[in-house]
Formats: sequence, C-alpha cells, structure tokens
Amino acid sequence: ETDVDDRYGDLDSRTDSDIPEISSSSDRTPKILKKALSGLSSRWKNWWIRGILTLTMIFFFSLIIYMGSFMLMLLVLGIQVKCFHEIITIGYRVYHSYDLPWFRTLSWYFLLCVNYFFYGETVADYFATFVQREEQLQFLIRYHRFISFALYLAGFCMFVLSLVKKHYRLQFYMFAWTHVTLLITVTQSHLVIQNLFEGMIWFLVPISSVICNDITAYLFGFFFGRTPLIKLSPKKTWEGFIGGFFSTVVFGFIVAYLLSKYQYFVCPVEYRSDVNSFVTECEPSELFQLQSYSLPPFLKTVLRRETVSLYPFQIHSIALSTFASLIGPFGGFFASGFKRAFKIKDFANTIPGHGGIMDRFDCQYLMATFVHVYITSFIRGPNPSKVLQQLLVLQPEQQLNIYKTLKTHLIEKGILQPTLKV
Amino acid sequence: MEVVRVRVRFLGRRGERAGAWQGRQRSARVKERRRRWAGPSFRAGDPAAEGPVNRCGAARYSGGAGRGSLRAPELSCGSGGYAARPRRCRAGVSSMTELRQRAVREPDAPPEDKGSESEARVDGETASDSESRVEPAPPPAAADDTPEVLNRAFSKLSSRWKNWWVRGILTLAMIAFFFIIIYMGPMVLMMIVLCVQIKCFHEIITIGYNVYHSYDLPWFRTLSWYFLLCVNYFFYGETVTDYFFTLVQREEPLRILSKYHRFISFTLYLIGFCMFVLSLVKKHYRLQFYMFGWTHVTLLIIVTQSHLIIHNLFEGMIWFIVPISCVICNDIMAYMFGFFFGRTPLIKLSPKKTWEGFIGGFFATVLFGLVLSYVMSGYRCFVCPVEFNNDTNSFTVDCEPSDLFRLQEYIIPGVIQSVIGWETVRMYPFQIHSIALSTFASLIGPFGGFFASGFKRAFKIKDFANTIPGHGGIMDRFDCQYLMATFVNVYIASFIRGPNPSKLIQQFLTLRPDQQLHIFNTLKSHLNDKGMLTAAMEDE
Repeated sequence: ETDVDDRYGDLDSRTDSDIPEISSSSDRTPKILKKALSGLSSRWKNWWIRGILTLTMIFFFSLIIYMGSFMLMLLVLGIQVKCFHEIITIGYRVYHSYDLPWFRTLSWYFLLCVNYFFYGETVADYFATFVQREEQLQFLIRYHRFISFALYLAGFCMFVLSLVKKHYRLQFYMFAWTHVTLLITVTQSHLVIQNLFEGMIWFLVPISSVICNDITAYLFGFFFGRTPLIKLSPKKTWEGFIGGFFSTVVFGFIVAYLLSKYQYFVCPVEYRSDVNSFVTECEPSELFQLQSYSLPPFLKTVLRRETVSLYPFQIHSIALSTFASLIGPFGGFFASGFKRAFKIKDFANTIPGHGGIMDRFDCQYLMATFVHVYITSFIRGPNPSKVLQQLLVLQPEQQLNIYKTLKTHLIEKGILQPTLKV
Repeated sequence: MEVVRVRVRFLGRRGERAGAWQGRQRSARVKERRRRWAGPSFRAGDPAAEGPVNRCGAARYSGGAGRGSLRAPELSCGSGGYAARPRRCRAGVSSMTELRQRAVREPDAPPEDKGSESEARVDGETASDSESRVEPAPPPAAADDTPEVLNRAFSKLSSRWKNWWVRGILTLAMIAFFFIIIYMGPMVLMMIVLCVQIKCFHEIITIGYNVYHSYDLPWFRTLSWYFLLCVNYFFYGETVTDYFFTLVQREEPLRILSKYHRFISFTLYLIGFCMFVLSLVKKHYRLQFYMFGWTHVTLLIIVTQSHLIIHNLFEGMIWFIVPISCVICNDIMAYMFGFFFGRTPLIKLSPKKTWEGFIGGFFATVLFGLVLSYVMSGYRCFVCPVEFNNDTNSFTVDCEPSDLFRLQEYIIPGVIQSVIGWETVRMYPFQIHSIALSTFASLIGPFGGFFASGFKRAFKIKDFANTIPGHGGIMDRFDCQYLMATFVNVYIASFIRGPNPSKLIQQFLTLRPDQQLHIFNTLKSHLNDKGMLTAAMEDE
C-alpha cells in the first residue's frame, strides 16, 4: 500500500529533512554602501554594513527618545505591526496559503481587534480626564469589553464561514498561527507601553541592556570565544555569554545612574488635558533619590570608601540586567530554533545585514514581560488612576460603602485627620 | 490531456508498485515515506519491505485499538500508538478538474520527483475531504464503550434505534449528574469545572500527538502538562486572591504567595519556556514548535474559558446554570426540530444541521430561558453571589437579592396585549437578560460547534475521544459552550455590575499613602457632587 502523503504531508512530517526551503529574498543593501565598500573583502564588508546599520539604528532610537513618549508609542506600534507582518508572511510561505485571500484579511482583522482591545484599556486608564469630557468616548469606554468581544466574534464567525472544503487543515493552521503570533507580539508590545508610562527609564534601561548584551556577547565571543554554548546557535560561546553578563550589569548600572538624574526619564508619563500633551514632571520618587549605602567590608578595602551614594533604582537595574543577560538569550535561541525549523535564514530582509525587525527584537521578547511583572510585584501596586476610574463606575451605594471603609482606614493610618471637614 | 490521463490511471491502481511512469525515483520516494511512518523500532537501513504492505487492511481489522481518539477507521485508519500507522487509506479517484487546477497553479513544471509529490498531493487533497469515499472493505465496528448492561438490554433493537436509546439514556444521565452537582454546592462545581478543563486539555493534546506522531518526544508531554499547571496556577491564584481576600491575609505563607503572585507565575512559566528551548532536538525542530504552538492555543481556548466560568459562578449560580442549560437546550431542540421538520441544510460543514432546526431551536431556547430564569430567580441559593465566610470557613450564598431578582411590573406592548389579554405582566428583570443570553446561545453558540466540526474534519477524526458512549469525548459536549462563557462574563462586566468592590478596596490598600489620599479626595468630591454625602454622614 503506497503511503501517499496528502498536500499537508510535509507539515506533519516527523523529521525536518523534506521541508521545502523558503527562497531567500533579494539583497537590499543600499547602493551607496555597496559602492563605498566595494573595495573591501566580503567578510569585512559584511562587518562594516552591520556596524553602520547598528549605529544608524542607535541614532534613530535616540532621536525618537528625544521626541518624546508619544513618538515612542507610535514606534512601538509600528514595530509590532511589522513583526506581525513578518511572522505571518513566514506562515503563508510555509503553508502556501496565498491562494486563500480571506486569510490575510482575517489575520489583519484579528490584529486590529486585539490592538483595539489592549489600547482601549490603556487609553481608558491613562487618559481618564480626557475621556470624561467626550460623550462618545464615555460610551466606548463603558462598553469597551463588549465591543471588543463583538468585534472578535465577528472575525471568528467569518473564519468559520470561510472554511473551504479541501483546505480545512490549512485554515486551522493559519488560524492557530495568527493567534500564537498575536499572543507573542501584541501582548509584549502592550506591556512595553505600560512600562513606558511608568517612566521612560523603565523602557530605556531594559532595552539598552538587551542590546548591550547582544553586542558585548558578540565582541567577547569574537575575541575570546572557544567553548560552544548550545547546539542551536553554534556561534554563541560560553566566554561570550559570561563576558556579556558582566559587562551588561556594569553597563546597566552606569546607564541607570546617568538617567536617574533627569525628571524627563524618571517621572511617570501623564496626559495633561489643559496642554493636551504628555508631560513628565513630578517629584521623583524615593527610587530616584540618592541614598547612602554602606559598603560590605571586602569592597571597603578595595575602594577605600565607607559609603557610596547610589540611586535605589541602580539595585533594581542589576536585576534587570541579570535577566537580560541570562534569560534574554533564550528568546534568541527560541527564534533561532524557529528559523531552523522553518528553514529560513532571517525573518525578513528589512534591515540590510541584520535581517528583519523580528531578528533585532527576538531577545526583547521576554524582557518586556519581565519588567512589567517586576514593576507590579516589587515597585508599585496597581495603577492608581485605574482604581479611581473603577471606583467612579460603581453604583452610588457601593461608592458610599467604600468611602466609609476608606475613611476609617485612612484615619487609622493617620493619613487623614479626623477633624478635617469638607 | 495525455499526461492527465496517465496520472489518473496510475492513481486508480494504488496497491501497485510504481509504474513505468516515474520509475525508480518514485519507488525510492515511496520507500522513504514508508520508512518514515514505520515507527520508532525501525532503524534506517532496514529493508523497506519491513513496512507493512497492506497497512490499510491491517489497521481496519484491528479496530480502533490505539489510544481512543480515532473511532472510525474508515475515516482515518487507526489511531495513535505505533501499531498501524497509515496516514490515509482511500481508494479515491482524483477528479480531472482538480488536476487541471493543480497544473495551472504550479506552472513551473515540476521535475521528476516533484511531479510525484504534486500528484500525491492532489490525490490526498481530493480524496481526503470528499464525502463520497469508496472503501473496498466494510469498516469494523469501533471499540464499543457502551456498558455491558445497556448492550444486553438493547441487543434486540436495530442498530439505529439502539444508538438513539444509548444517546438518550446518556443524555439523561448527564443531566441528572448536573443536577446533583448543583445541589452539592459551589465548591464541588468548581472542582467539576477544573476536571472538565483538564479532560478537554488532555483530549485536544492527544489529538495533537496523534497528528504529529510526537510520542517519541517524551519531554513534550511533561512540558504540556507543566504549562497547563502554570497557567492554572496563575488564574486560580488571581481568583483566590480576589475572593478569599480575608483568608489570604490571615495566613502568612498565603499572603506572601499572593503578594508576589505574578512574579512567581511568570518564573514558573519561564522555567517551562527555557526547558522547551533546551529540549529542541536537531531533526525535530518543526515538530516541537508545532506542539508548542498547539499547546498554547489549547491553553488559550480551554483555560481562559474555564476561568471565566468560575468567575460567572461566583457572581451567582444562576449566571452559571442558565447559560449552560440554554446551550444544552439549544442542542437538543435544534436536533428535535431538525429531526422532525428538517429540510434545508444550514452549512456545508455540518450537513446534518438544517435551517428549520436552527430557527426552531432559537425560539424554543428563548422560551426555555425565560421559564428557567423565572423558576430560578425565586431562590436565594441561585441568585446570591457566592461568598466565602471566614467564620464558618465555607461558602455561603445568603444575601438580599438585588434589583435584578425582584419581581417588577412591565407593561406589555400593544401588539401582545391583544393576543394575551393582559395589561401588565410581572417578571424578573433578569428574564430580560436571559433573552439576551438565550439569543446568543442559539445564534452564535452553534458557531462554536461548527468550529469544532471543522477541526474534526481537518484532522480526520470522528470524535474528540471516546469518553462518553454515544456522545464522544467531553470536548464534543462542550464545544458549543466555548464562546458562551466568555460572552456571559463580558455581558456581566459591561451591563450588570462594574468592578468588584472588595477587590477595589484591596487594591486601594496596596497603594502609597499619597495616592490613597488623592483617590479618597477625588471620591469625596465626586460623592459631594452627586449629593450623596450629607453632613450627618460626615460625622460617622
């Protein structure tokens, strides 16, 4: 009995040997660079292209930071959309599903729905005053979950109605692929934005730690690398890993020290309705005020000082850098495994010499979630404006009850003086 | 045309060894495929003839002897395990149009072995999803899980009525079980929801294993169950923190666990993620990524739904019972209406569903929902939010019923007045909401069923599992409930109540003092504006 694979035989194969190669795209290096570097050998040429593009990206990043938090939000949104597009395109190529035109519409529609849901929640939280003014926005915010769910349902029903007889499995695969991609990219970007609103330093320090870890691990590996780290990425070495770890911790420490001085980076981003823009002005919290720490004895002898003035945030930055160096690379290995599984060299060809946007951001993948979880667990509790907004939505009797409870609590704690009247 | 005819002729005689058309390359490729599907005991280098020649035959007569998910061998020829593993057993004849379309779609004329691949693909594609499958031998009866006693009782009836009776009795048994569980209280309900969730997860993961033949990646089962544990820990931790707030504050270890709950859950998940990355094996990357994706989508579907069901339950048992019964009623009513009046097919996915069943089921379900909510709104034990009483250390459902559950007079619109002859009617406001719930259950609920049907057709299974005789697996019973739980939760959050007051107080207490003061003052001015605060209250 001949074992005839059906159309999707290669999808369910047990080994990777007969997976078709995805054809790589053309070379998109700009002509200027090509001409400038035409004299060098191809290895150095590659090195120069990567170097120049790295510097360009860092410069671009600094420019956006200068332009403010709103531009940063737009940048994060743009990156998210591009990452989604890259991963979905890979899925299309793997499953040859370009001839199911509904599918592209549905994937983008689901992206829109999930973004609408997440950004609606964010907007409601942070722009509470702005939202109270507009009547239509009030309606949208109050029934936000219902509207988002209805939108998602419409997409779900369209998917079910679009199931075509001979392509069931393919369509289910693409459905699942879309959802997993959304889970990865949209939730991460949403958490990045939440971190950003906490204070730009919570956005900058983790991202720069990951980038620094990438670069220093590469340099250490280049000069001292000997022992391979993991079979998945044969170019990574233990020397690079450990060297990158130490240099990232030092780098994070220094960057945290430099950035903690400026209110621009340290203050939570707020939206002021009077000026209709984002402001970052506040009294810096204790985290960002210099404190004296007494050094442990062995460091005392080395540095010959009794105490040192640090920002408490620098201690936190050590935790962030440690995560970036130790666990961040797992995101990179995950992406490497993914690329090997689907036989692609790079996610896309957007950045010459570097691959796609997803290639640059694969290590950031877990970092954003970690920072968010870290902030909510160790730094602050829930978002005050969100608590307030929820309070205002309650029934009046419930509000009154809560008011009485809060008053008792505050008086107990001595925050509120019982003699104060309205 | 010549080429096409040659292809058709070749495909018609499947059992033959490779004909003269493709020659040695074809047979080599076939050998390679046979080798791959043979199972773990097969070592590279063994003669290809080791692979069973008449696999379809062997599989068919061994019945559904593998792990229970694939019941009808005529559809998929054997189930999991390594005993018999043919991928497709059909003797279909490919259609000309499909071949022509395929040829058009791949104009880059395929080289020798690619030609065989595309032709194989075409064959699989046309024969796979066609209704008119031609099987040379009759399929044996599936492994019969019906209890012995039922078998004996029905031995005399014809098989069609027997099936009907088995289904009927099992339906009644399940409904009786449902009532008993409700009687036993919310704690038992929670446990049941948890068990159902685990069983559904197990069923879907087993299907994934069968599809991807991934039984020889033992890490994967551990990892899947580990991820299930992590996500459940996260969700149940959040629920426990919300609803058992005072209990949690009392016990010191619980307090620490709840304070750093998100961090602990994230760490657990990270460990699983790192284990996955470290477990990537060179030749099986794609498989492992597929299973990773499969696990995550399954978790997304199942665990979030069950978590929302528990939230609904805590809102009041009526919010749990009415939606679920509406979906069940819609299932049964649509089936009855379709049985007696069914004529126009509804959707190609499920050929047995009809428009008459759909519409009849809709009206019957709305009526049923109205009646059921009327009956249930009278009792406190269904209507009150479930609370955990610290003193008695148990769940209590005792409260003053809210406005929703107090009889009110409604004026009947003119058109119905003339029909019924009444001016006003006394109803619970909840019954109006129940109309919305029943409408959703009848109109959108079936889409969950179509989704599951499409899934089963895509992966060539008849039922998710064989747990319930006559009905299939647990997932088969719960596929329509899939969207209902989310809808009820969203409905409650949007239209019925706002956020949970005790949760708000708890969040408030964790804020910084200056934030607390700010919120308190804002609330005060808000209440003042509304005129809720009087001077007398201020003195309290």
